[in-house]
Amino acid sequence: MSAIGTETIEGFGPSGETAQNTRDRLRAGSVGVLLAALASIPLVANDYWLNAVLIPFLIMSLTALGLNLLMGYAGQASLGSGGFMSVGAYATYNLLLRLPELPLPVSLLLGGIISGLVGIIAGLPSLRIKGFYLVASTLATQFLLEWLFNQYGWFSNYSTSSSISAPRLAFLGHDLSSPTGRYLLTLATVVVVTAVAARLVRSQTGRTWMAIRDMDTAASVIGIPVSAGKLKAFFVSSLVIGIAGALWAFAYLGTVDARSFNLDRSFQVMFAIIIGGMGSIRGNFLGAAFMIFLPILLDHLGSGVFGGTVDPGQLENFQKALFGALIVWFLIKEPRGLAALLSRAWTQLVSRINR
Amino acid sequence: MSLWKQKRFISNAVGLAALALSAVVGTSVSAEEAKTQYVPLATFRVGAYASSGIPVWAGEIDYFRYINEVEGGINGIKLVWDECETNWEVEKGVECYERVKAGKNGSPVPIFLPHGDPISKALTEKSVADKIPLVTIAYGRTEAIDGRVFPYSFPVVFSFWSEASSAVNFIAEKVGGKDKLKGLKIATVYHDSPYGKETQVPLAHLAKTYGFEDIQIPVPHPGNEQSAQWAKIRQLKPDWVFLRGWGVMTPVAIKTAAKVGFPVDHIIGGIWSGSEEDVRPAGAVGKGYLAITPFPAGANFEIHQKLKKYILDKGLSDLKDLKSFGSVYYNSGVDEAIIAVEAIRTAQAHFGVRPINGEEAQWGLEHLDLSEKRLAEIGATGLQQPLKLSAKDHEGGGAGKVLQWDGEKWNVVSNGWVKSDRDLLLPLIYERAAAYAREKGITPRDATN
Repeated sequence: MSAIGTETIEGFGPSGETAQNTRDRLRAGSVGVLLAALASIPLVANDYWLNAVLIPFLIMSLTALGLNLLMGYAGQASLGSGGFMSVGAYATYNLLLRLPELPLPVSLLLGGIISGLVGIIAGLPSLRIKGFYLVASTLATQFLLEWLFNQYGWFSNYSTSSSISAPRLAFLGHDLSSPTGRYLLTLATVVVVTAVAARLVRSQTGRTWMAIRDMDTAASVIGIPVSAGKLKAFFVSSLVIGIAGALWAFAYLGTVDARSFNLDRSFQVMFAIIIGGMGSIRGNFLGAAFMIFLPILLDHLGSGVFGGTVDPGQLENFQKALFGALIVWFLIKEPRGLAALLSRAWTQLVSRINR
Repeated sequence: MSLWKQKRFISNAVGLAALALSAVVGTSVSAEEAKTQYVPLATFRVGAYASSGIPVWAGEIDYFRYINEVEGGINGIKLVWDECETNWEVEKGVECYERVKAGKNGSPVPIFLPHGDPISKALTEKSVADKIPLVTIAYGRTEAIDGRVFPYSFPVVFSFWSEASSAVNFIAEKVGGKDKLKGLKIATVYHDSPYGKETQVPLAHLAKTYGFEDIQIPVPHPGNEQSAQWAKIRQLKPDWVFLRGWGVMTPVAIKTAAKVGFPVDHIIGGIWSGSEEDVRPAGAVGKGYLAITPFPAGANFEIHQKLKKYILDKGLSDLKDLKSFGSVYYNSGVDEAIIAVEAIRTAQAHFGVRPINGEEAQWGLEHLDLSEKRLAEIGATGLQQPLKLSAKDHEGGGAGKVLQWDGEKWNVVSNGWVKSDRDLLLPLIYERAAAYAREKGITPRDATN
């Protein structure tokens, strides 16, 4: 707080304590306003915003959150996110299909838990290897899972094309299959999971993860259970990603097959957290926004400004190049991600308001 | 920061956000152009499959231009279109669909052409909610043939099941009748994906019916190394190979077959293994390769002469490389455009001459009747098979022509259109549609209207 003490001479400047209060109030207030805004969006937004922009953004944020717990907090790099999403999607599908009496949130959670258990198995190699070697083993998980769901018809209830499609989405008698219903389902899930995750990373577990991330040898020397911590990280991360996968399949696309969760998806999630900020809850949302909103915005600007005059193929290629250039530019500006960039701006804003 | 500064800051921020918002939403509706019919095009001009897509839009756009320039639109209603790039990715496809579904300049969307199997699947339910028919030519969900369960999905012309059955019937034509199929070995080399596996059920059923041996050999994606698969072929010695590839898999298969000495003229490619782009990279060994397709290649159909005269020669064509004129993919675009235009025309005859919306176009599609006579009027005899759709039958045709590559171009070698055994397969398809309806809690529509 550079402002502290310098302008108190004027007689009405805040003391250190009130500056902290302002910050907390601003933070709590902005979270409240954001939530209220997000919840009231269906009143004003049309199908396009809900179906094509906001729902994928929220789900991508949730997936990024899942990976961030593992990679950003516990330091275990993984390229298996797509695979865990597919486990969550196929598990939830089978639960909804075979145990229709379970309420939707329970099926979602159980689907997530199944994905978490698969995550523990996939995380076993992390007890022995780390870094790029671990990435390679999670890559194997990704390919194995994709192959599994394509190969065995049981998972997709023997549909002709191994695709799964959402059974009726309903909760407490309310039909959630409209765009608004699916949006609110997604929003509620994301809010609950994010709140739990935010508590978790500030708890004993979170501190264990960060100790492992920063130096696992040192952590084990001071008596932190490294192996259990790593497996716990894999479990929680895959659980969150699994729930996100089920939402991706049923709240967003409606019908999917294993290809929707291929390696490209895993990379997309990883890029989202690198751009957003590793080890930051807020970063997941920023990174997902970057990955989902920006290409759409570029596309609209491109077709709005040049539509009809420039060859559409060239225009598309140019947008891709521009998107790539923007990623590079942001990472040069702030290698720790958009979250760090934002928190710098935030600090500046608070100090200016307090001035 | 003083109070008014804060206020200005906030209002600036709000203004900026509003600006960004309006840039995104930015489609203004003007009523004066409401006499045009909007047809959105979901394209993939970039990405892994761009090379096969580009000639498709050219065929489609050229036909639309022909309708506008020469025929003055559909009964005077001119077509307008714009493109939305999907990269053949399902998320982008959904985004495009949501972007265009409200229509443009007062014209509703009559038909959406998803151009991508996963995209069409993701849109299956959304299209029902929005009442916009999805027309998927030679791809898409096979069960959707049952329009009672899938009212807004139209896998018209040639489903994968029909493709498999027509291929078998072509083999029967070659060996001298269906009774001669008994004891033959037919190996299907397929892309190991949902698309590739789609023909397993019908082929197993046909094998049981006709008594041939059905061998299934998967090739993992992308299929740029197939020694193991073709070594197995060499060992099993099938009489015919049915090749259901995608992308790079097809030319590699042809080359590898030549290497192990399997006769190329006993390989029948499927719909997506049967274009110039599939066989040219295989080089000289591709000579004699067969392919079954609902889009016969060739630039000598009557409609092509019209397109050449009024569109290509006037420099209005969307084709960059005029060599692709009359290629399999170009012709598939023309086919698709003909079906869309005729469905709109049929709907206009019933609902009145004006821009048609999705619900009306659905009626138009279900009452579409492209008879030999109508096809002759269009100039598409031989290019497009006769097609009659109904609520119970969203496929209609179910026949393909077999082409043979002579090293330069495709020639039709089958005896006209090779029909599939639809009577045999339709009950199975209806069964699957009914299972889907049960799973989703859909009450099938009454098909008598």
